[in-house]
Amino acid sequence: MNTENPSGVRINPATARASQEIRAAVPPQKKSNATNTNHAIFSLNDVSVSYGDFIAVSKVNMEIPSHSITAFIGPSGCGKSTLIRSLNRTNDLIPGAKVGGKIMYEGIDLYASDSDAVEVRRRIGMVFQKPNPFPKSIYDNVAFGPRVNYRQSKSELDGIVESSLKSAALWDEVKNRLKESALGLSGGQQQRLCIARSLAVNPDVILMDEPCSALDPIATMKIEDLMIELAEKYTIVIVTHNMQQASRVASYTAFFSTEVNPDNDRRTGQLVEFDDTRNIFLNPTDPRTEAYVTGRVG
Amino acid sequence: MSTISLKRNLSRSRLFKENFFRVLVSLSIFFALGFILFVVFILFLQSRGALNLDLFRNFPSARPANAGIQSAIFGSIWVVGIAALVAVPIGIVAAIFLEEFINPNNRIAKIIDLNVRNLAGVPAVVFGMVGLAFIARGSLGWGFTVGTAALVLAMMILPVVIIVSRESIRAVPSSLRDGSLALGATQWQTVWRTVMPSALPSIATGAILSVSRAMGESAPLLLLGALAFVTYNPESLDSDYTILPLIIFRYASDAKEEFHAIAAATSLVLMAILFLMNLTAILIRDRSQRKA
Repeated sequence: MNTENPSGVRINPATARASQEIRAAVPPQKKSNATNTNHAIFSLNDVSVSYGDFIAVSKVNMEIPSHSITAFIGPSGCGKSTLIRSLNRTNDLIPGAKVGGKIMYEGIDLYASDSDAVEVRRRIGMVFQKPNPFPKSIYDNVAFGPRVNYRQSKSELDGIVESSLKSAALWDEVKNRLKESALGLSGGQQQRLCIARSLAVNPDVILMDEPCSALDPIATMKIEDLMIELAEKYTIVIVTHNMQQASRVASYTAFFSTEVNPDNDRRTGQLVEFDDTRNIFLNPTDPRTEAYVTGRVG
Repeated sequence: MSTISLKRNLSRSRLFKENFFRVLVSLSIFFALGFILFVVFILFLQSRGALNLDLFRNFPSARPANAGIQSAIFGSIWVVGIAALVAVPIGIVAAIFLEEFINPNNRIAKIIDLNVRNLAGVPAVVFGMVGLAFIARGSLGWGFTVGTAALVLAMMILPVVIIVSRESIRAVPSSLRDGSLALGATQWQTVWRTVMPSALPSIATGAILSVSRAMGESAPLLLLGALAFVTYNPESLDSDYTILPLIIFRYASDAKEEFHAIAAATSLVLMAILFLMNLTAILIRDRSQRKA
């Protein structure tokens, strides 16, 4: 465990008023894991996403490091969900959605003509705001991904289901009822099942769009612990409305805000600041970030 | 002692409205239920013992003592069964395409949508005219056969099947599609493995209801030779045929009194078949609701 002393950090006077809670929760600076180099897994270059003639988020430039947790925070309508959905081409399915600029994933253009959306989504999984288990058994939920992606024997599938459920810290709770409907699980268990389900296809990245906003604090805590554990092996990008959550789990935080276009009174999201989580919460450079994280705005 | 009262305290006009609507609702229910019981009761009285096994065993005949409806029962089953086999799969596939694979803002999609809705409102007899001109006669020239009748009924119920299937598919929450696609499933796998299993019970309900409508329909087939005295069961697509609604018409309009009893008995048979189909649809719907 890294125990760098946080008191050495310069804190500007305005931020010093930040709620004690948040500051207490900011984790000690995480050094990169010795085994993994935290190279940039995503590079966003002037990325804009629009629906028809409505620009949801514009001109985002950022590099998301691998094997760590990156949080997107910001007020409603700032385009953070839109942006995360464009990282695995989930937006492709919305009529009129367009991605401008370049999103490079491991050096490959995600939206190049020979990049297949299905393969992209296999490598870059997604967990949604509301737990969305299929109305099937627990086993079939986890086996769904492997079944659609490869042909597998029963024993291989059994192994994948067990290891995925173990990785999602759900195995002990469900091992005796794998054949029962997933809809009988509690909300928190359903969300961990959805995480297990995405792990079963062996992705590199897991995107999480407000994964805890429908859950109670105890279920939220379990998911957060799980995320921190998973970050050893996977890259995690999470959208959250909960600043404490970002400060508790994320190594890096991106703050988004909205700009009102004076011509048509429409709002466009933009990236304001992207840095180590500590810097975002304790030492932000942009006054808008500071206003948001100290609770004066939003 | 309490100083307030929780006894009923309504002004006279509120009380009147309350009771008025209560009576109105009860009457409506009574009419809806009472009417069908009344019809069944009257038919029973009129059938005067004609509802017996001989009715099913015998074929149409000019002598009331020998007259039955076997060829009409088999005719209806053949015609409606083949119509369902044609219309239901095509309708479901069309609905899947329109809901899942085409951008709803696409101009062609809008034109197709409008057409399907209009087609569902076309009077049945018009389908009969089309069948007469283009299937029975014209280039196909199938004549007055089971095949012609089945094809016309299939055309008639196809738009309804498409509409109910689309509504069932649309009712599947999009979060299930998102979940499936996020696991690397293709769009086809998503439709096949997540959307269809959820939509199928309500598609089946809608399909059965539209097929039962075809079962009771007589107008289009009136033009297509179903009003015939057929004394044998259909054996293939180019057999002659008759159907239950039209044999009722035939017997009811005969001069001989005895035939009227047979017409009433046949009506009860037709109603029983329709009732069973609708009951099946309701049972399927209830089962799927309980599961969800």
